Amino acid sequence: MSTRAPPSLRTRARLRRVALGLVCAPIFAFLVLPLVVVFPLSLSSAPYLQFPPPGLSWRWYQSYFGDPVWIDATVRSLVIGATTTLASLAVGMPLAFSLVRGRYWGRTLLDRLAVSPMIVPSIIISVAIYGLFAKLKLIGAWYGIALAHTILALPFVIIILGASLRGLDESLEQAALGLGASRWQAIRRVTLPEIRPSIVTAAVLAFITSFDELVVAMFLAGSQMTLPKKMFDNIRMEIDPTIAAVSVLQILIITIALLIAQRFGRGATAMAVE
Amino acid sequence: MCSAMTEAAHAPRASPAVVERRRQRLLAALAIPALALLAVLFAYPVLRLIALSVEGGSLTWYAKALGESLYLEVFWITIRIAVIVTAMTLVLSYPVAYFLATTSRLGAALGFALVILPLWTSILVRTYAWMVLLGRNGIVNKSLIAVGAIDEPLALLHNELGVIIGMVHVLMPYMVLPIYAAMRRVDPDLLQAAEGLGAGTFRIFRRVFLPLSAQGIYAGCILVFVLSVGFFITPALLGGGRVIMIAVLIEQQVRDVLNWPFASALATVLLVATIAIYGIAQRATGERTGAAT
Repeated sequence: MSTRAPPSLRTRARLRRVALGLVCAPIFAFLVLPLVVVFPLSLSSAPYLQFPPPGLSWRWYQSYFGDPVWIDATVRSLVIGATTTLASLAVGMPLAFSLVRGRYWGRTLLDRLAVSPMIVPSIIISVAIYGLFAKLKLIGAWYGIALAHTILALPFVIIILGASLRGLDESLEQAALGLGASRWQAIRRVTLPEIRPSIVTAAVLAFITSFDELVVAMFLAGSQMTLPKKMFDNIRMEIDPTIAAVSVLQILIITIALLIAQRFGRGATAMAVE
Repeated sequence: MCSAMTEAAHAPRASPAVVERRRQRLLAALAIPALALLAVLFAYPVLRLIALSVEGGSLTWYAKALGESLYLEVFWITIRIAVIVTAMTLVLSYPVAYFLATTSRLGAALGFALVILPLWTSILVRTYAWMVLLGRNGIVNKSLIAVGAIDEPLALLHNELGVIIGMVHVLMPYMVLPIYAAMRRVDPDLLQAAEGLGAGTFRIFRRVFLPLSAQGIYAGCILVFVLSVGFFITPALLGGGRVIMIAVLIEQQVRDVLNWPFASALATVLLVATIAIYGIAQRATGERTGAAT
């Protein structure tokens, strides 16, 4: 826009840019401040929250790794997250195929039903499943939480895979069929490789959805802690810097998951925009 | 469409219509596992919850929820906080989205990282960090006292202000991204045309750019408002038991008071409100989320 503009206009445009930057800088600071704060806190030597920390130590990391309750909770959350990922892909991939390619009655309704867990407040889903699971004596079972998380992860899986499948050129598959491939071969050899980046992205999102989820786990976990539930209880009961160390570790785990998505999937930005 | 093809199935040979019908049946079958899961673990429990609220065929619990001033106050606080959070989120997000949409590629990539990083950080981590920042002896108060801006620590935590700050932080990405997407769709030629026709910067913004990005503002506001209304974690922690929003009340009724019918009635009101807001919003814009649309 500024290439052909006279110098005075260009100066004004530059001034506008600077003004915009000045407005946005504190907003960006507001966005990252809470993430930055936990790093020094996790390395503090003080037994209570103090900022800036009076000295540096690894004691809160030691307290995390030395406490079987924390480790148990972390392992349980990882297992639940992995199960949720597999389960939501196992039912979500066929569903996405079905919704995009199918022309049967009730398809729109099913589509709405499958994405609605994203819209319905999690407290409602939690209380509803809690009522059912209490009756079925499933409270405290890790796979119960994984099943409930699968419902929450499903919208992400079908939205991402749905978008990918819709953008796919179906004639490639037709060509494979025409060349004598079976329908299954065509899907496995042509379609799946084509949508693989989206599958990775959907998997990462499903994992994060579960790994980060508190409200459902709070109701369904019983005495079996998940990582977010343990964190919640810790924050509520006592403010102890162990939670800061856990926070840092969690930021690292999520960052790794996102880097995987960036490398093998469609990228974190694409994920968020969707 | 399906029936129209069935008519053609009378043709000899394994006609395309037969093949297509078989394919459609297979495609429908692919939805069965997900449908079963959704029916058992989503639709049935939610319907069961709703049924619980009208057990015995009476609306007593709704009368309690919507009649007693104690609980009306909760609805009022919830709506008030949701409105304030939506407004503040919009004010903070619009310039950021504008920056992202108009800056250089490097600037946009950096800015995006700053917007998206919090989105993928555990909400618990962020809420905890705000407790550290906003507490009586927190970083914000200490810094303000150190520079002499205040003498006494401000009450920033365990009240509505703390809840609002925390929620704005959590929900900002949900506002930035739709507005950004709408701004990217604005045709730069239109802005240039307006400039060529002699409109000033402010006038171009107000008459051309703002209306064209309105769709994103609208989508972001609906999203943030609906998410705010059902929010649980941030009010539960930053409110310190003093800011009771509807989701917090539902949790208390289920876990502490064990009053299931009342909790169900509250949940039903929340659910109906959520669906109604989305329904109205979708009717207005004609936009839908989903795999097929």
